[in-house]
Amino acid sequence: MIEIRMHGRGGQGAVKASFVLAEAAFQGGKYVQAFPRFGVERRGAPVEAFTRIDDKPVQIRSQIYYPDAVIVLDQTLIEVVDVTKGLKKGGCILINSDKKPKKYDLGNEYNIYTIDATKIAVENNLGSRAAPIVNTAIVGAFVKITGIVKLDDVKKGIENSIPRNKEENKKAATQAFNSI
Amino acid sequence: MKKTMIGNHAASWGAQLSRVQVIAAYPITPQTLIVEKLSEIVADGELDAKFIKVESEHSAMSACIGASATGARAYTATSAQGLALMHEMLHWAALARLPIVMTNVNRAMAPGWSIWADQNDSLSQRDTGMMHIFASSSQDILDSTIISYKVSEQVLLPTLISFDAFFLSHTMEVVDMPPITDVDKFLPPYNPEYKLDVNNPRSFGALTSEEHYYEFRYKMQNAMDDAVGLIKKEGREFEKLTGRYYDLVHSYKCEDADLIFVTSGTIAETTNVAVDELRKDGKKVGNLKIRVIRPYPKQDILKAVKNCSKIAVIDRNISCGYHGIFAQELKGALYNESDIPVWGYLAGIGGRDVKVDDIKEIADETFKSKKPVDMIMKGVKI
Repeated sequence: MIEIRMHGRGGQGAVKASFVLAEAAFQGGKYVQAFPRFGVERRGAPVEAFTRIDDKPVQIRSQIYYPDAVIVLDQTLIEVVDVTKGLKKGGCILINSDKKPKKYDLGNEYNIYTIDATKIAVENNLGSRAAPIVNTAIVGAFVKITGIVKLDDVKKGIENSIPRNKEENKKAATQAFNSI
Repeated sequence: MKKTMIGNHAASWGAQLSRVQVIAAYPITPQTLIVEKLSEIVADGELDAKFIKVESEHSAMSACIGASATGARAYTATSAQGLALMHEMLHWAALARLPIVMTNVNRAMAPGWSIWADQNDSLSQRDTGMMHIFASSSQDILDSTIISYKVSEQVLLPTLISFDAFFLSHTMEVVDMPPITDVDKFLPPYNPEYKLDVNNPRSFGALTSEEHYYEFRYKMQNAMDDAVGLIKKEGREFEKLTGRYYDLVHSYKCEDADLIFVTSGTIAETTNVAVDELRKDGKKVGNLKIRVIRPYPKQDILKAVKNCSKIAVIDRNISCGYHGIFAQELKGALYNESDIPVWGYLAGIGGRDVKVDDIKEIADETFKSKKPVDMIMKGVKI
């Protein structure tokens, strides 16, 4: 079983990202579970969402405390939230950032990756420049790094779980996939 | 066909596949998404039903009662305070012998204001005369809705299907949706012997003196007794159609277990994972999930636990002034029948997360303990 935690800010689409990733893995024949941290969400406040992916039905019903991977949708969260909390040794962190991974000092136990998902989202008219929706771009980059889901399945996942701008979202995921 | 959906939508699709004819509901977090989806399903023409918008949960159940009395298949859903407001009409639905099926997303009663998982809301309805199921997966929610109409309409008692807020209601997972043609074969249209009919007027719910009221209760009790066998029978019929069997209790690795957990809802699923891990460490544990609490499956429970030496009940509820409700019920069932000691644990109250490690800790504590304890409040911060 692979357990993934997403950090975002309310309104950025972290919860949707967890659902799109799960839907993509389901399209690839996996059993999945996706859910938000069970709190009260406010726009701009830190939020978390989770995805579990397995070859058999997922029975565990608690939240995720020891993720295999972490996705950070907003780099400013690194100052505010302990994004590596519980992350397994050798686990990966993917940050939405225009900086190089080595600019982040998160210890040497993890594999750090960055992708400028904000730029990709803006280029594809997803959200506004002030509030871009980066979830599909970052999922595209994440599946490239981890190889857990095929890009084609991400596109099917977007088709099934994103209500609007399906093509733009697929393009953003593909662009991110190809640029990391 | 397999699809991904959140637990709330599994309830909506369960109602759609059951071809409910009247839906009356009032929104309340975390149930709202159930009726939102149903209103969409009705508006899109995917279900031929009357969707009645009401001003309260009391009215929602009242509308279902009226509809069911005319012979329509009725459905509603709510949570916590909403279920409490329905309380009067839940007794009414049961005593009027109306086979309404409803969903309750288990949410803690306020105050303190909470929207998170806790079973006290639905366990407070234990004595209304409704059958009561605790579903533990989205698949269970969808399938239980269909099976419950089949059982309810034979024994003429309503069914309350409860499941944990957020751990199921807002969690997306894979659900196998049976084709409606298969469900149609399993669940025929509802056609009661007696119904409100303007062309054939009858009186319902009339004044009942002490000469007859007791016998109403006698008949309800018999109907509950019949339901035990019927839940199993219809579970087997449903299995022929889908490959999935639902019983009143589900036992996991209990046969040779020294210690058996007694659980319900989502905690039961997490406990299965803990059982596997504990078994790897050489600890002989099992898990008995109570899926149906009314009718109470006493004989099934006695059979499942007969070989163990200790029982640990995990309750996500409390009857303040006594202790966990599943623990009370279990001890009542064992009394005069068995001398297996019972440890009662509280966990997950108000939505607090119950982790595999918490359950392993409960196992260690119970293995070490010499004397049974009525209630151990796990993780309480004092």
